[in-house]
Formats: sequence, C-alpha cells, structure tokens
Amino acid sequence: MSRKEFTQVRRDPYSLVVVLFLPLVQILLLGYGARLDANHIPVYVLDQEGSQDSQALLKAFQASPYFDVIKAVDNYHALVRAIDADQCKLGIVIPWNFSERLDDAGRTSVQAIVDGTDDNSAQLAEGYAQAVVATYANNVQLDWFARHGLSQQATIPLSVDYRTWFNEDLESKNFIIPGTVALVMALMGALLSSLTIAREWERGTMEQLIATPVTALEIMVGKLVPYLGIGLADAILCAVFAVGWFGVPFRGGLGAFFLATTLFLIVILGIGYMISVATKSQLGASQYALLVTLLPTSMLSGFAFPIDQMPAPIRAITYLVYSRYYVSALKRIFLSSAGISDLVPEVVAMIIYALVIGFFATRAFHKSLQ
Amino acid sequence: MFDRIWCMIVKEFLQLRRDKYARFRLLVPPIIQMLVYGYAATFDVNRVPIAVMDFDHSQESRDLLSHFTFTGRFEVAKVLSNEQQLKSLIGRSDIPMALKIEPGFAELLRKGQTAHLQVIVDGTNSNTALIAVGYVNQIADQFSQDYATYRLEQMTPALAAVVPQISLEQRPWYNPDLNSQWFFVPGVIGSITLMMVVTLTAFAIVREREIGTLEQVMVTPIRPFEFILGKTIPFFVVGLADVILVAVVGTLWFQVPFRGNVLVLLLGVVLFLLSTLNVGLLISTLSSTQQQAFVLGFFFLNPAFTLSGFAFPITSMPKAMRMITYVDPLRYFLLILRGTFLKGVGLDILWPQMVALALLTSVLMLISVARFHKSID
Repeated sequence: MSRKEFTQVRRDPYSLVVVLFLPLVQILLLGYGARLDANHIPVYVLDQEGSQDSQALLKAFQASPYFDVIKAVDNYHALVRAIDADQCKLGIVIPWNFSERLDDAGRTSVQAIVDGTDDNSAQLAEGYAQAVVATYANNVQLDWFARHGLSQQATIPLSVDYRTWFNEDLESKNFIIPGTVALVMALMGALLSSLTIAREWERGTMEQLIATPVTALEIMVGKLVPYLGIGLADAILCAVFAVGWFGVPFRGGLGAFFLATTLFLIVILGIGYMISVATKSQLGASQYALLVTLLPTSMLSGFAFPIDQMPAPIRAITYLVYSRYYVSALKRIFLSSAGISDLVPEVVAMIIYALVIGFFATRAFHKSLQ
Repeated sequence: MFDRIWCMIVKEFLQLRRDKYARFRLLVPPIIQMLVYGYAATFDVNRVPIAVMDFDHSQESRDLLSHFTFTGRFEVAKVLSNEQQLKSLIGRSDIPMALKIEPGFAELLRKGQTAHLQVIVDGTNSNTALIAVGYVNQIADQFSQDYATYRLEQMTPALAAVVPQISLEQRPWYNPDLNSQWFFVPGVIGSITLMMVVTLTAFAIVREREIGTLEQVMVTPIRPFEFILGKTIPFFVVGLADVILVAVVGTLWFQVPFRGNVLVLLLGVVLFLLSTLNVGLLISTLSSTQQQAFVLGFFFLNPAFTLSGFAFPITSMPKAMRMITYVDPLRYFLLILRGTFLKGVGLDILWPQMVALALLTSVLMLISVARFHKSID
C-alpha cells in the first residue's frame, strides 16, 4: 500500500513540485518577506525654524539607523501630502519658535506625525523617535548643567541595562522563521493527503481499493505513512534552510524536533484525510483543508500574532488549535535550548490531539463505506 | 453575440445556484476569515506580564516600579525573591520580561550617581520585545526627569523651573488609538477577494476541460472571447458581492471608519477584480487538471499575499523582494483600500495605484487571451 503511494508521488511531476518546491518557496518567501523590524523608516522633516538647535536635532534623526530622512520639505501641506501618498511613515515638525521657547521658558517640543494606518510600524517608529529626542534632550540638559556650575547634576539618575535572552539581537527573522516550519507542514500535510485521496475518490479508484481485502485502518495507515515520511523530509529541509541560509540558531534537541514534528504531522494528515473522505472532491477538499489547517496555523498559533494580546474568547479557542503547541515547541527548540523534558505540556497536548484525530479518522472512513 | 454571452452567464449562475457547496463556500469562508483577522490579528503590546525582583526595598525602587504599572502597559504578574526562579519562568515563555533592582539602588540615586535598572527580555517574539523595550525606555526617561527635577528643587529651587526640557508630541494620524483592527480589516477585503476570485475562475474553466464539457461548449457557435466574457462576468459579479459583503461586515461589526469616496473605492475594486479574473484565466490556460490549477494558484497567491504589505511592511523587505511587490495587484489594492477607508484620500493621491492596476490588468489580459486561444486549438 505505502509503496504504491510512494511510486505514485514519484511518477506525478506535480506532486513532486509540491513536495520539493513548495516548502522552499514558502520558507524563502517568509524568510525574506515576513519581516516586522522597522529599519530605514522613511522620514520627511519640516524645519520651520532653521536654527542651529533644530538642525542638530535633525542630525540626530539622520544618524539613527532606524530612520532614513529622505526629504526636507518647506511647508506643512507637502508633509501632509507625503504621508497621504505613503511616501513617508513619519514626519518631524520643528516649530518656528523651537529654540526661542527653549531659551525663554526652558520648555519646548517637536511634533512627530506618524502614519497610524499600520499600527505596528507606527508604534515602533514612535518608540525610536522618542529615544532620539530623549537622547538629544539629555545632552542639552547636561550642557546646561555644566554652564550653570551644577556639575553634580551632570549624571543621568537612571540607566537601563538590557539582557536579552534567546533572540539576542531582537531580529524578527528569528521569531518568524521557526514558525514557518509549522506553516509549511500544515500546508503540505493537508494538501497532499486531501488532494491525493480526494483524487482517488473522484476517479473512482477508491472503490477498487475498497474491494480488495485491505481493511479501512490499513488503507488509512498505508496512505498516510508515505506522507509522514515526506513531511519529515520537508521539515528537515526547512530546518536546514532556516539555519544554513537565514542563520537562525538551532539550540534545542534534535529528538524534541523530530518528536514534535511527527506528532504534528499525524494530526495534520489525519485532518486532511478526514476532509477528503468527507468531501470526496479535490476542489472542496483543498479549500476546506486550507481553511482548517492553514488559517488557524497562521493566525491563532502565535506564529506572528501574540496570543496573550488576543481577546479572551479567542485566547480560549487557541487552546484547541493544535498548531499552537507545535509553534510554541518550535520556537523554543530553535531559540532556547529546549529538549523533550522542557516541552512536556506541548508534547502531551499533541499526543492527545493525535489520538483523538486518529480515532475519528478511522471511524469516518468506516461510515463512508456503507 | 450578446445573446450568446447572456446564455453563458445564465448557465453559470444556474450552475452556481444548484451547487449547494459552492454557495456555502462563497459566503462562509470570507466571514470566518474576516472575524479571525479582526479579532486575532493584533500586534498590540498591552498588559505585558512582568516579573519583578526588587532587592533594594526602598522608597525609590517602589516609585520606579509604580512608574511601570501606572502606564497600563505592564502588569506585575510575579514578585520573585531570587534570580533562579526567573530562568524557568522565562524559559517556559510564561513571562516575557523581568525587572531587577539591585541593593543600593536608592543610595546611588541619593548620592547623585547613576543607578541601574536591569531588564531581562525574552527576545523570542522580537516584535513584542522591541515595542516593550520602547516603553521601558520612555518610562525610564520619565523617571530620570522626575528625579532630576526633584533633586534640583532640593538644592536650587530657582533653577529647577528653568531646566531645559524637550518633549516629543506624538500625533498618530488616521488611526489615533493605533488599533490593529483598523489596519487589518480593510486589508482582509483585498486578500479574501484575491483568493476567491483567482481560485474560482481558474477552477471553473479547468473543471470544464477536465470533465470534457469545454469541447462541447467549443463546438457551439460561441466564440472564444464570448466564452471568456460569459465565464468571467459571473465571477466578476460574485467577486463584487463578496467585496460588498466583507466591507459591510467589517465596517459595521468592527467599526472601522470609511472616510473616503465610495466611487474611488469602487473604481479600485473594479480594476482589482479585472486583474484577479485575468490571473485566474491565465492559470486555467496553463493547467489541464484541477490539481495543477491548485498548485499554480498557490504559487501565485502565496507570494501575492505575503508581499502585498498586508501584514508585513514592504519597506522592511530586502530590495529584491521590494521589486517583486511592484507586480503584485494586491499591493496597489491595499493602498487604495487603506487610503479610502482610513486616510480618506481621493484620486489625486491614488491615481498611481489605479494606473498600475490598469496596466497590470491589460498586460495580463493580453497574455491570458492569447494563451486561451492556443489552449483550445
């Protein structure tokens, strides 16, 4: 049974494309395309004062690696238009009385106009802009203290020392790429089993199979084992690419990686199998498979969107989303040095899931025979 | 000619009406996706649970901690008495951040030296960590300012009032509360439409070919371009209906504002639908089975979605990827959607997007019609 399935995959060039190319395309695409870091944020500046102070502040923005000051405009209207047309995300406006107010009242301000459409980039940009202005303000203060003979004031009261664990440079590729292994697995597993099994139904070869003395359980296992092998091979391919090409660290145990991946594949393949038994058409099977596997894996697993920020009912649902456990396991296997013993809750949850799915998958087939 | 096209259209709609699953597929997945994206897609960083190790137990250290809880960005979830406990907490991803105040913190402050706050961050989720670090910096700056002013007031109250202070006034436009839903809901309209229209068109034609009914249609007096029109007009209508459905649900349910001109949006929708129809048509001419159509569709849809700026900013992509985004119809449509919904801009701003979509559509149409002629000969 399994050997037949392997041969079929090998002879079908499209299946081969799916098996080999799809994971590669997926990981390259997400590795390069799915970046959340905000570097080189395009900035327009409007310096209404044009003094030494205002120019010094703008220099500080230019020096920041997070900002690209691409243009200095001379009127407010041009700035508004640039933000409307998505030419810049941030506009820095220095008012005409910037240094006058600083000298007279000791208090002055600059404006940061942020395009809030993309709230995440906007938040990052605000944080970086705040840091640039704070540093500048500090230097101005230190100067002032020195000039007024208050050298004992010339220290910053509080400084923050950061120690970052697991993803030391806070690069989004290290956050996103381990999770893409789960995305690729979800996609592959669901597509392979649903498309190939549904095809047997559509072409009527499934009835032939049923007529042979093979039992329902044997059909299921025989059908799915080859895809489990292919899935594992794809997982290795993805991991090798993640580490070798994108430089994502792999610090955990290989055993944990294979255990978690195998369990996840069993769940995914089981779901794909059930869908194809239920719909018996390729189009229907593939659409449902994507809806049931890819959508929750990309949205509700913590792959990109943090689960703890979702509303409570959605958070409750994520406990039912099997990918949640796999994505969490993957991230910890790659970034922190997690072994099987550190992943007990995830592994147990996936085992329970695999058993339940396996049980229903065998039953689903029985029913459809009659 | 119009009679023949009309017959095709009627036939397609009859087919659609009789197909119970097709109707289900047209209605339910878009709404599910809308709800999932609306509720789950958020990059917000609020109520971050933090662990606290205060080894100084002073007035000053407590004051610093209250600066943290005051903002609502952080919640003290655990108070720890030693650093060993921290390792397992952060290791299990229970808590993304911890604050540590060493003994002698207050003394350093009082002596006029720099005191240190240690922040331990779980960097796994780099995005949350970066935003949280931004908040920590702001809070620390505020604390520094407050303390410096307080210190100065003690010594030379006259000068304290005139210490130079420069602040940054932040004005987030179009989305003042930086609500993720406002960003994602208009985007979902684009991504759902793309997915629906491309797969529907591609599959419908390939299925006729696979079942063999395409030949039957071809021996009738209908001409190829009439067939194409008859096939695509129903999907155009279906696509339009889906856009309206998703847009109405999105604005009413999630309260996303619509500030622009409906006609401008409509023009964008029509151009976008035409380009996606042509992509579907092209895929159908390149494949002889539904499975092939599916694989090809996937190879188009997946990059089109990821590189559109739907969730990941295009400016952060490497240059080569940024170049690819220029041939992505969804990229332009998203700018039109967000422009009309949130920014309320009109054609004077959005014309480059419209022109780009029109160009893409015409190129795609030329290729797909040429290919279609060939594939039936």
